[in-house]
Amino acid sequence: MKAGFYIGAVLSALVLGLAVLSFVWTPFDTLQLDVANKLKAPNATHILGTDHFGRDILSMVMMGARTSLAVALVAVGIGMGLGIPLGLWAAATQGSWLDEIIMRGNDLIFAFPSLVIAILITAVFGASAVNAIIAIGIFNIPVFARLSRGAALSLWRRDFILAARVAGKGRARISAEHILPNIANLMIVQGTIQFSLGILAEAALSYIGLGAQPPTASWGRMLADAQTLVSIAPHTALVPGLTIVITVLGLNLLGDGLRDWLDPRLRVDRS
Amino acid sequence: MIAFALRRFGSLIVSLIVASFVIFAVIEVIPGDPASFMLGVNARPDTLAALQAELGLDQPLPVRYLSWVGGMVTGDFGTSYTYKTPVAGMVADRIWVSLPLALYALILSTVIAFPAGIYAASRRGGVGDTAVMGATQLGVAIPNFWFAMILVLIFAIKLRWFSAGGFVGWDKGVFAGLWSLTLPAIALALPQAAILARVMRSSLLDMLGEDFMRTARAKGLTRRRALWKHAVRNALIPVLTILGLQFSFLLAGGIVIEQVFFLPGLGRLIFQSISARDLIVVESVVMLLVFLVIVVNFIVDLTYAWVDPRLRRRA
Repeated sequence: MKAGFYIGAVLSALVLGLAVLSFVWTPFDTLQLDVANKLKAPNATHILGTDHFGRDILSMVMMGARTSLAVALVAVGIGMGLGIPLGLWAAATQGSWLDEIIMRGNDLIFAFPSLVIAILITAVFGASAVNAIIAIGIFNIPVFARLSRGAALSLWRRDFILAARVAGKGRARISAEHILPNIANLMIVQGTIQFSLGILAEAALSYIGLGAQPPTASWGRMLADAQTLVSIAPHTALVPGLTIVITVLGLNLLGDGLRDWLDPRLRVDRS
Repeated sequence: MIAFALRRFGSLIVSLIVASFVIFAVIEVIPGDPASFMLGVNARPDTLAALQAELGLDQPLPVRYLSWVGGMVTGDFGTSYTYKTPVAGMVADRIWVSLPLALYALILSTVIAFPAGIYAASRRGGVGDTAVMGATQLGVAIPNFWFAMILVLIFAIKLRWFSAGGFVGWDKGVFAGLWSLTLPAIALALPQAAILARVMRSSLLDMLGEDFMRTARAKGLTRRRALWKHAVRNALIPVLTILGLQFSFLLAGGIVIEQVFFLPGLGRLIFQSISARDLIVVESVVMLLVFLVIVVNFIVDLTYAWVDPRLRRRA
């Protein structure tokens, strides 16, 4: 599946490029309302059409890319930053009460679907992009903790770890110097998967109004706005939706390709 | 098996207790004073005092926690502040939308995913396999609420086969009820079906490489018979776990899909309660959802151990 990797890389780069470009240039100002030109179908001036306030949809998509990527990226960062150390710690003290507590805690977070976590958080702290990040990030912690613990456990039985222990290194140092570099590939691959899931989650949260608030552009919000207009101006729903599909598809293909490239032993069907 | 079931039951109870602690802490402890949170900053002091008394906020935390949990256990979910009706009654009405929707979607996703996964595995590397795998890549990338909007556009607005939203109610007959849940269920089932088809395929491919498959072929079974008689049955074991997990995703995913179709389910209830800052409803309904998820996972674990005795010794 080499082709998949390149397609994924191109699609991901395209979306990333749009997000970066939006910092210096968008075709139109997304805060500028132009009601005279509302709900225009794609044309020469607005190549992806305009929304119900006459805002240029391409510009909105570019600004939305920023929100989506930022939310998903930070959420993955939270998951990795807390999950991997917890997983490594649990593996280093395998079978101890600490291991037990970490893993049971993870099971518990798993019992709360991420959307329910988001709802709890927003019910108390209000809806915002930051709270969406926290909700998605919390859900990422057990994912990385479980995966890193499992991978680390199999490494702890290897001879080179034994050698490191004989050399007098402590558990923390072995985890950092020998285990972590060996599971890094696996974590990067999982990172791309969680990243694409984060983009879907952010879109869903913004769609039901629990994510980024106006005037912050977000793909999910664009879809929420388009819902009542879908019959008269289908492009308002099609464009943001397809953008999400392209982004997530690109990241998934990239993740699959990366996995094959980084570690042929991991070549199993992703489920 | 009994020892395993008891051990799992013990951890089920612990999970429920911890989950209830977390929900109670988030809703009742973190906001400081839930009453002033619910009423907002401009509330009159006497209204605030009345609500504080009604919520029992003058009581110490452990007493409030125990009375909430005790109430949940006996079916008393408290009284909604905005609707002034018992939450249990509101939940009872709405659960008959959310639960059938999740089950309907689960059945759809299974019906789509099993044949697709088996077909792809039996034609590994071929055109059919590539097509199914491509379709599943697309399936996991499509946000279900967007897919729902597209379904509405095509099947409700253009073709007029379904209504664009709302639920007719079960009193109009089972068929009419199911009919109005069909588009939501399809939207909900799509990404799950894609995941399930992939699990089914890879689990089946693992089985095809096993020694017992070679034995089956050696004793004269055709490829097809060996596949159905031995491989599919064994491949179902990991698929079962995913099915259990999917049920919880479907229940939670319903929260979003109910918004798209204006379905009067638990998701809309939670959502309306958040807008109205009705924390009592949010607290109880979230607990109920988590309860359902934990119990379903418990049942899946038991079934799993029953199907595959090797697992009873672990866990």
